[in-house]
Amino acid sequence: MKPSSFGILGEFNTEESYLTALGELAREGYNSIETYTPYAVDGEEEVLPRLPTPIGVVMLVAGITGGISAFFMQWYAARDYPINVGGRPLNSWPAFIPVTFELTVLSAALAGVATLLFLARFPRLHHPVFSAARFQRATQDRFFICVRPTRRHSELSSRAALIKAGAESVEVLPP
Amino acid sequence: MSTEAGETGLAAPGQTIESVTRTVSAIPLDGPHRRFWWMGFLASFLGVMVLLASISWIFVKGVGVWGINMPVAWGFAIVNFVWWIGIGHAGTFISAILLLLHQEWRTSINRFTEAMTLFAVACAGLYPLLHLGRPQYFYWLLPYPDTMGLWPQFRSPLVWDMFAVSTYATVSLLFWYVGLLPDLATLRDRAATPMRSRVYGLLCLGWRGEGTHWHHYKKLYLILAGLAAPLVVSVHSIVGMDFAIAILPGWHSTIFPPYFVAGAIFSGFAMVLTLVIPLRAVYGLKGMITDRHLDLMAKVMLTMGLAVAYGYFSEFFGAWRSGDIYERYVAVNRLVGPYAGYFWALVACNIAAPQFLWFSAVRRNTLALFAVAMAINLGMWLERFVIVVTSLHRDFVPSSWGLYHATFWDYSTFAGTIGLFLSLLFLFIRFLPAISMTEMRALVVKEGRAGH
Repeated sequence: MKPSSFGILGEFNTEESYLTALGELAREGYNSIETYTPYAVDGEEEVLPRLPTPIGVVMLVAGITGGISAFFMQWYAARDYPINVGGRPLNSWPAFIPVTFELTVLSAALAGVATLLFLARFPRLHHPVFSAARFQRATQDRFFICVRPTRRHSELSSRAALIKAGAESVEVLPP
Repeated sequence: MSTEAGETGLAAPGQTIESVTRTVSAIPLDGPHRRFWWMGFLASFLGVMVLLASISWIFVKGVGVWGINMPVAWGFAIVNFVWWIGIGHAGTFISAILLLLHQEWRTSINRFTEAMTLFAVACAGLYPLLHLGRPQYFYWLLPYPDTMGLWPQFRSPLVWDMFAVSTYATVSLLFWYVGLLPDLATLRDRAATPMRSRVYGLLCLGWRGEGTHWHHYKKLYLILAGLAAPLVVSVHSIVGMDFAIAILPGWHSTIFPPYFVAGAIFSGFAMVLTLVIPLRAVYGLKGMITDRHLDLMAKVMLTMGLAVAYGYFSEFFGAWRSGDIYERYVAVNRLVGPYAGYFWALVACNIAAPQFLWFSAVRRNTLALFAVAMAINLGMWLERFVIVVTSLHRDFVPSSWGLYHATFWDYSTFAGTIGLFLSLLFLFIRFLPAISMTEMRALVVKEGRAGH
């Protein structure tokens, strides 16, 4: 059966009440939760553990690939169009380090940003949470918790749990 | 909100996450102080027109319209290039290196200084390209599949510069834009008209503050900072190597890369102070860019000033110890030669003026601090002038000595880039949040917690 809503959205006034509520919901076994906050809240991971992000690994691999390719390009260029300067070696590697370093950094940075966009599915200009009347505060000064419907927790029980956890307002999000 | 700040002096007492959001977003959304903004913007835009005219004339006539000639072939173009790119470095220093060092005072100034970096790099990048002589062929510096089977000369500092400056500009832009995403979403949600809301909504790519996104975002931001930190050192080191790799007396020295990096951060902080002092006064941001921020920036500036003074000392010491007649002559020629006036003015601006910053009365007095910062802006320009011109104008054989005289077009191009820089800054202040609201919210909440 398709769920009748995307989830139930609860609003919290302060960081403290928000973190307390997250803890309470976790204890009650709500495990399909997403949060919306005006800044990255410190200590949220302790209550709501997340999978480690792959961004670091992607950037490392992209950086190494970029660096090796950059060095190879210069090495290749030195052979493809050899310039003999008094018999000096064509593979003058110390002179190739600046460009190698720059392209390492550039590749890692571009890959990192592309990975963020991919993981966040950006650009995505619409999302069910935007239909909530009070959601505009999520990018300003309020903290929101969205409890997604699961087999174990009905909409009704999620709603009750959010109110019990101290939500200032509760809204049902359309699917 | 029960959370208030004010314990460390990094935010005025009484700042809350609501007040931060309201104050910062009001500037792009309501556009206060319109008269000031329009006057400032129009004056700067006049500079852009001057720049366009100067560049057009260079395209028509060639670089001969500048005062460059043999033996001084570098002139204002390289002086200004190094000056502008140095200014940009403080932005990356503040946003990346101070982030990694957990210096929380960077929070309210990092967005603005990153913007300053981008605009300074935009001005800097113009000069080497115009100085090429045939600027329309600048892409020959890039490795592209050309029909002649040629490659750029990867052993040349000019090519290193091309890669360093373009990488620096790209990474700074990404870092700045990633940092802007959550704030653009705030503007989308606070905008009064649907049109503005749509524009900011498109720019923020649909940011909604989701916890999973923050999780990836924090990691990305931290690693980008980690990448930008060595990058900023590499860029000015490479600029230093543009000089050091030449065998010219006065340039051929290993002190150049570190001394250039210190000089870059020194001049960058001076420019940050020059811009931030009027900005916070006009837009009422003293609650977020506090006197303590100015004090801390002045201290960094003083430290960097001492490092730069050490660089000057080391240049002279190296020239003396080398025992090389040409090195020694260039050193003495700087002190008493035809450009001695520039040299002593630079000593006054870069070594003497910062010494006032030992006194907290000067650091706390915005006018005095502004005056010192202006002196350093000028001094760092003179420094590059002295390095470029004195080494070139008398090198080895006296028969090839000569003097350098800047022309009208040298000055007009320079004035033009100042106009471009200020115009971009005015546009930035008018349409984008000049202070990172996201990071300020976290700071204000944290300070509030510490205070209770």
